[in-house]
Amino acid sequence: MAKVIFITKTNDAVEVEGDSGSLMELASANGVAGIDGDCGGVCSCATCHIYLTPDDFKKVGTPDEIESDMLELDDNVTQYSRLCCQIEVSENIDGMTFRVAN
Amino acid sequence: MQNTQLEPNSLQQSVVIIGASHGGVNFAFNLRQQGWLGKITLLDSDPELPYHRPPLSKKTLQSLEVKSIPLKVQKSYTDSHIDLCLGKRVIAINKDNKIVTLENNKHLAFDKLVIATGCSAFIPPITGLSETVDEYGTSQYFAMRTHSDAVAIKKALSASTNKEVVIIGGGYIGLESASSFIALGAKVTVIEKQEKILSRVTSSAMSDFLTDLHKAKGVDLQTAKDIVQIKHTNNKHYVQCSDGSEYPADFILIGVGVRLNTQLATDAELVVDQGIKVNDVCQTSHPDIYSIGDCTIHFNKIYNRWIRLESVQNAVDQAKVAAQFLAKNNTSAPALPWFWSDQYEYKLQIVGLSQGYNEIIKRQEAPGQFSLWYFNNDTLLCVEAVNYAKAYVLGTQAIKQGLKVNKQVLNNLTIALAKPQLFQA
Repeated sequence: MAKVIFITKTNDAVEVEGDSGSLMELASANGVAGIDGDCGGVCSCATCHIYLTPDDFKKVGTPDEIESDMLELDDNVTQYSRLCCQIEVSENIDGMTFRVAN
Repeated sequence: MQNTQLEPNSLQQSVVIIGASHGGVNFAFNLRQQGWLGKITLLDSDPELPYHRPPLSKKTLQSLEVKSIPLKVQKSYTDSHIDLCLGKRVIAINKDNKIVTLENNKHLAFDKLVIATGCSAFIPPITGLSETVDEYGTSQYFAMRTHSDAVAIKKALSASTNKEVVIIGGGYIGLESASSFIALGAKVTVIEKQEKILSRVTSSAMSDFLTDLHKAKGVDLQTAKDIVQIKHTNNKHYVQCSDGSEYPADFILIGVGVRLNTQLATDAELVVDQGIKVNDVCQTSHPDIYSIGDCTIHFNKIYNRWIRLESVQNAVDQAKVAAQFLAKNNTSAPALPWFWSDQYEYKLQIVGLSQGYNEIIKRQEAPGQFSLWYFNNDTLLCVEAVNYAKAYVLGTQAIKQGLKVNKQVLNNLTIALAKPQLFQA
């Protein structure tokens, strides 16, 4: 079980919890604004962009080649950017706070 | 919800949306996000909670239990005050009285209407196709368009002893399904009418790559085949071609294209010509009736011609454009078409439209990792990338921003693809 918080572009904090699936699915199931997931979670659309804190980024891990290339589609990309369709919901991310990029 | 810059009367106005797939659902939520306060009714004849369609032929088919991936959870509709009416078919639009009629002859009034009816699978009139049934008389030929199609296909696959499937049509739906069937241990034959698969939508280079890929994975890929009939013996079906060849099947998947769901629009005397004609803000020939997604045809300012797109991207982008205009009278920049397909361990990403190219540059980065750059003289029209998102992203930036691509860099594999070098004049 993981409990996480999304901070949207308009600074709304949305606390959600889940135990499986991708972080994108969890966010869109809870209607987090700015997480569209238009491609259904196959790393093809870059509409589920989030920022992690440097510590959380280290813990979650770096994006693979396709994901980091896809992140370049977004002008707002930083070194702590991830596409949350590529992050699994697990205890590993419990307690983390993510900022939604768009 | 931001309530600034509302259209003054939106509170009293009612929007009815026909079709709750990628286009209709995104439109409804976008309209709310734009601050629309009026009633939003979203209708669809499909009883299933609106779901992502592209995974049907991929993830959905391959997962143990066929479960759809919802576009939004039920609660989101309630929270956004979107009246989602599933299993409701619209049978008529009266544009003068602004009323739609449902199957049960109930009427629904609208101030603004959105037609997001998409398209349906085309089932060709092949002799014997409709007799493709199992011992209980259950149909054993399928399209791959809806959640119930995926459920039925999965059931047919589980029930078949030899797991022999014939796919009619070597388009994206057929090929993605082939890849899923192979993953599920089926014996797959793909029968294509043209000399090459995907010949209508891509170049020989991409067609050849996918042909080799599917053959290497064990698909019996048959091209230039004219199917004459389907014969049946003991619950086994035989697809027979004009050259005498014959392919056995436990069940048949049809992927030969679509029919646009434009009948409602035609009957309502909206302008329909190879799609429901819409302007830059997705209005039809009637200013209070909008249309979005696969069923529309629009004049694309990037490619300077009328185009019809069957894609999630187009449905989602048109939904945004129409919602912004309806709620706030805002217009948006023209959207660039993009597509993707996942087959086996390969991700194909396409940006732009290649039609009209006179030069292709292929960059092979590594085995199974390459990109095709389609030019008309110096204008980049399209990039197709296989397991190489970098090329897809650079291509997107080049086309969107109208940047000139340095072909020498592109042609020189010793220079890694990167923004500054590639976009120098």
